[in-house]
Amino acid sequence: MNVMPRASQWGELIRSDRVHGSLYTDPAIFEAELQNIWYRTWVYVGHESEVPKANDYVVKSIGPQSVIMTRDEQGRVNLLLNRCSHRGNQVCSYERGNARSFTCPFHSWTFANDGRLVGYAFPDGYEGQDKSLLVLGRVTRVESYRGFVFGSFAAEGPTLREHLGAAAEPIDRLVRTSPEGEVEITAGFLKHRVKANWKFILENECDGYHPAFVHSSIFGVADSAIGKLYGGASTALTRDYGGGHTEIDLRPEFRKRDVPMSWFGTTTERLPDYTARMNAAYGEREAREIMIDGTPHVMIFPNLFIAEIQMFVIQPLAVDDSVQHVTALQFKGAPDLNRRLRQQTMGSVGPAGFLLADDSEMYERCHRGVLARNPEWIFLGRGEKRERTDELGFKVGHVTDEVPSRGIWRHYRKLMEAR
Amino acid sequence: MLSRESSSTLLGAVTAFLYKEARLQDEHQYEAWEALWTDDGVYWVPANGADIDPEREMSIIYDNRSRIALRVRQLMTGKHFTQTPQSRLRRLVSNIELLDQQAGGDIAVGSNSMIFESSLRDDTIWAARNEYRLRHVDGEWRMAYKKVTLVNNDKAIYTLSFLV
Repeated sequence: MNVMPRASQWGELIRSDRVHGSLYTDPAIFEAELQNIWYRTWVYVGHESEVPKANDYVVKSIGPQSVIMTRDEQGRVNLLLNRCSHRGNQVCSYERGNARSFTCPFHSWTFANDGRLVGYAFPDGYEGQDKSLLVLGRVTRVESYRGFVFGSFAAEGPTLREHLGAAAEPIDRLVRTSPEGEVEITAGFLKHRVKANWKFILENECDGYHPAFVHSSIFGVADSAIGKLYGGASTALTRDYGGGHTEIDLRPEFRKRDVPMSWFGTTTERLPDYTARMNAAYGEREAREIMIDGTPHVMIFPNLFIAEIQMFVIQPLAVDDSVQHVTALQFKGAPDLNRRLRQQTMGSVGPAGFLLADDSEMYERCHRGVLARNPEWIFLGRGEKRERTDELGFKVGHVTDEVPSRGIWRHYRKLMEAR
Repeated sequence: MLSRESSSTLLGAVTAFLYKEARLQDEHQYEAWEALWTDDGVYWVPANGADIDPEREMSIIYDNRSRIALRVRQLMTGKHFTQTPQSRLRRLVSNIELLDQQAGGDIAVGSNSMIFESSLRDDTIWAARNEYRLRHVDGEWRMAYKKVTLVNNDKAIYTLSFLV
């Protein structure tokens, strides 16, 4: 297919238990996704802690578009498009910094860090020009939830809180890992490029079927307890929160162990400072519960993956070209935990990571694989017959079941059919 | 400082060591490569520049000696799929300089390398500045420290799962 499907045709490509291979490889479908997903729905951009001081900025992205996240003099967070309103030159060429304004090197147009055009060279040639009509482009709506900043190019539509829906709760759970209730993104990002469609990454994040095979090489030599979480006898769950948001809920396994910090493969004895601060912040009973349950493993559609100890941001560049931006989660007031989180993250993820090098190999082989046209379908029926509804009304399944993929595609179809 | 003559002899010995390391890496002789490390070896591939603090910020690789061993053991399983099949590799090592040489201590050595990788994904060219601290242990040279600064380490890079 080289023509974007009409709204009525998405149902021919997306069935309840299978999706068509062309969804991953057709450039016209990728263009349609940019319009209907990336440039419409809420997309995660950055974290407030990346621009802690007035005039701090960091360059981020929404799909292939470069976005400058700034904190202006008033302390507000802005998402500006990195494109001069004059001739389109990029106004910012550094990944981060502190600047009240951005001056375009082409004709010296200068923009304040809230997007206002404050001046241009030789202004007498622009007699009578209203500068307010020549501001930097901006992401239409900007909202944040617990420090996580999202942007939407749609002027109207669901609020961020409505978009997150039930998946706000795992974020609430995440920040409680900090004795001060805050996540900080301060360790810098690894940027891992893959020659594969972004949805292979999206779907793999809550795929609990693959770890036993793809990661057997590291589980075996590292004497890791992670493998068991994804075994046939595991009581962990896959969950579809709706709205395309999905989760692997490992809490049933951690609660069986009933050992604080076991989720991170350590003990409270090895983290005395952290344990003391958690007890002081939440009281011993609640702190113990938090430290048993651990952090969530949740994929916020379409691009924010909170993977227990690290955070991935998925960026699509082209139908077969994607980047995984990944960093260690850092928790305010938890320096001894943070050090270990950085060490574990560096070992596990990024271009040379013990886990992600193999995941990324699968993404690329899948992408090349689906270029073969028979069978036409990707089969996502695992656990469909044993899917059930949990006490809050969400679809759940065995940790190895494809509940998350089916949930993602259900939401994807809704977005693509929307006009 | 050593005399000019002993410096030239040392440069020859160091060059032979770096060529050997390059060959072991290109040919996936993992255990022989691991044996080049001292017991306190540190293998560092920074991200986002050359001068980040690896204790505070993400690096592509920041292995202590036990993590170097783990990396090698994973490669040895034959089930580390990103290296099964193995990348085909050849690298050129040049611009070898003795940067700091103190009699009896570690010597600091610099080099540049360019690596051609052919993998299932595609052919990829990597380029790097390498900084070593080498130590003479029981009559053999060993690496106590190797820092590999990829020229493009501030950009999004493909999987780097061979020994760089």
